[in-house]
Amino acid sequence: MYEILEKEVLAPTIKKLKVKAPLIAEKTQPGNFIILRVDEKGERIPLTVADYERETGVITIIFQEVGYSTKLLGKMDKGDYIKDIVGPLGHHIDMEGYEKVVLLGGGTGTALLYPKVRGFYEQGAEVISITGARTKNLIILEDELNQYSDRVYIATDDGSYGHHGFVTDILKDLLEDEDDIDLVVAIGPVPMMKAVADMTKEYGIETIVSLNAIMVDGTGMCGACRVTVGGERKFTCVDGPAFNAHQVDFKELMNRLNFYQNEDDLVHEEEVEEDN
Amino acid sequence: MALQKKKTPMKEQKPEERIKNFDEVPFGYSDEEAIAEAERCLQCKHQPCVEGCPVHVPIPQFIQSILDEDVVKANQIIKSKNNLPAVCGRVCPQEEQCEDVCVMGIKNEPVAIGRLERYVADYNMEKGTDRTKAEEVEKLKIPELEGRKVAVIGAGPAGLTAAADLAKYGLDVTIFEALHDTGGVLRYGIPEFRLPKKIVDQEVEAIKELGVEIKLNVVVGKSITVEELFDQGYESMFIGVGAGLPRFLNIPGENLNGVYSANEFLTRVNLMKAYKYPEYRTPVVVGDRVAVVGAGNVAMDSARTAKRLGAEDVYIVYRRAAEQMPARSEEIHHAQEEGIEFKLLNNPVAIHGKDGRVDKMECLKMKLGEKDDSGRRRPIPIEGSNWMLDLDTVVIAIGQNPNPMLTSNTKDIETKSWGGIKVDENQQTSREGVYAGGDVVTGAATVIKAMGAGKTAAENIKNYLLNKSKK
Repeated sequence: MYEILEKEVLAPTIKKLKVKAPLIAEKTQPGNFIILRVDEKGERIPLTVADYERETGVITIIFQEVGYSTKLLGKMDKGDYIKDIVGPLGHHIDMEGYEKVVLLGGGTGTALLYPKVRGFYEQGAEVISITGARTKNLIILEDELNQYSDRVYIATDDGSYGHHGFVTDILKDLLEDEDDIDLVVAIGPVPMMKAVADMTKEYGIETIVSLNAIMVDGTGMCGACRVTVGGERKFTCVDGPAFNAHQVDFKELMNRLNFYQNEDDLVHEEEVEEDN
Repeated sequence: MALQKKKTPMKEQKPEERIKNFDEVPFGYSDEEAIAEAERCLQCKHQPCVEGCPVHVPIPQFIQSILDEDVVKANQIIKSKNNLPAVCGRVCPQEEQCEDVCVMGIKNEPVAIGRLERYVADYNMEKGTDRTKAEEVEKLKIPELEGRKVAVIGAGPAGLTAAADLAKYGLDVTIFEALHDTGGVLRYGIPEFRLPKKIVDQEVEAIKELGVEIKLNVVVGKSITVEELFDQGYESMFIGVGAGLPRFLNIPGENLNGVYSANEFLTRVNLMKAYKYPEYRTPVVVGDRVAVVGAGNVAMDSARTAKRLGAEDVYIVYRRAAEQMPARSEEIHHAQEEGIEFKLLNNPVAIHGKDGRVDKMECLKMKLGEKDDSGRRRPIPIEGSNWMLDLDTVVIAIGQNPNPMLTSNTKDIETKSWGGIKVDENQQTSREGVYAGGDVVTGAATVIKAMGAGKTAAENIKNYLLNKSKK
């Protein structure tokens, strides 16, 4: 059992939890994820570790309530216990050797992006962060990004905050104006990651995306999270979750992510309504 | 009394009933049925059945105890060699092992050794006489080993067996398991209707009673490394992490929605209890028409599971012929009774989709040619014989490779080209103090072989630690 020490509502459907998990906090590096089960009947949910404190043995997870299980997690509070957490899983991102890095986060993707922003900044790279969301109150972690970035740009679809438009608009300008960017990292909805990949490919800039494929065990056992990268089958859980953006088959990924959409919408949403 | 030529039948759920539930199919023998079957044993002096058993259970002796109406003693006899008789009585391929060489089987049906083993185990579990008594465990303890720490990695059949034996020597044993529950393949792979999970629970409880500590949600190689375990004072360890890496066919369309590895399909249903969805919150989508590719036990389990989840037409698609199917004969028989259709001598060449979902599987008909290296007649494609099978779901059940999670993150443990851990006849790896066994060494095999390896390893870990303390 893993105790929730703190809870914060970052945006109406985006929650942040600090959880006591000393073994995981000790081992996590930027890019790793965990799998948790809220209770005995719960799904195994993969979530990126947004932050970790080795001294206190605390990990931070940030998640958007998208389905029944994340909604249940969102209902948990300080003092509650999460049944199971396993990790750290997946490969961490290799951060050495980069001097100027642009990191883009879309929606909750920003939560997943944040540990990488911090990691690159602490490595001594020049860090440019771009975060975007539909509207102003969905922009998260602005202070944290400011703390660990040389520059931060913000975009909202409705223009309520920062640039009126997409994060890729800002990236486009940067790519045009600055020719010394040696890495782009993008984490967010699949169309956003695909748009970034298409754009940076033209400029020949190395680009990493972190994929959120459907998983069950997260240890390479089930193959549910298989993706096609460079024409080869890869398992997101053990080979990823980060991959070379220019080689990912995003269309296939998008299709696979939608597989259980109906089940989740039809059955689970109704139940949550009833619970409320 | 006239010789009973056939096995005493075991009562079971009717096919039309059981495809609507996940309850166990056979009910087990009554006392009378068990005695009737035990009477068929010829008590041969040369005991070929014992040789046929991978762990050499003294079979005629335990059968004699059933006749003597001392079922508690029968259980002790089995348990001297096999820690998990309730499991093995249900899932062992007896027809290839003990029952294959049974003398009774030369002219008649062999003695139903598996069914008798199950009877003995269930009888004792029910009466609470299956546990080794505390004072007997005390007697087994070896003073030089008491309190010394040993780690067992993986809580499947190999690991559970090794842990139980190591604990009986008086060692301080901790099992590290990556999943959130114990049992390994017994839990995530084998369905409830073939191996009720309460049996796995009871076996695990018995092992905990011996003083074994089980730590769940720990992935050795990620959460903690083998080096760190040594640093924490574990003097030796046993690796039994199984064959968890699913194989795919490598044909077009395999990443369409509706294509599952058998591991994923069965894990959703068994470990995550998707068959109780939405009470348990992991879903599984099956649709009306399901093809399972392969013809081993895992394939039969997947096909029968799909049927129980409501699929109307369920097919086994296999590129070889009926006599070459690797599944236990009982599983094939049960699958046939449940209306699973066998499309034998058919090789899938592509899966075709519609709107991102499985729509059809293209198969190529095969015929049998000359014998290949494995001694089986090689299937040869009949050119131009392609045909389409309309489907909603495809389950790929063509085997698993050893899980590389631990070996790829651990130094000095040598593996074979296909990923299996190299061990010597004592189950020792290339690294001192580290032993391994089960599917991670052999590739996907049987529960009983994994248990046998766990037992051998435990014995050798004991010897290793005794020698080490002499130095």
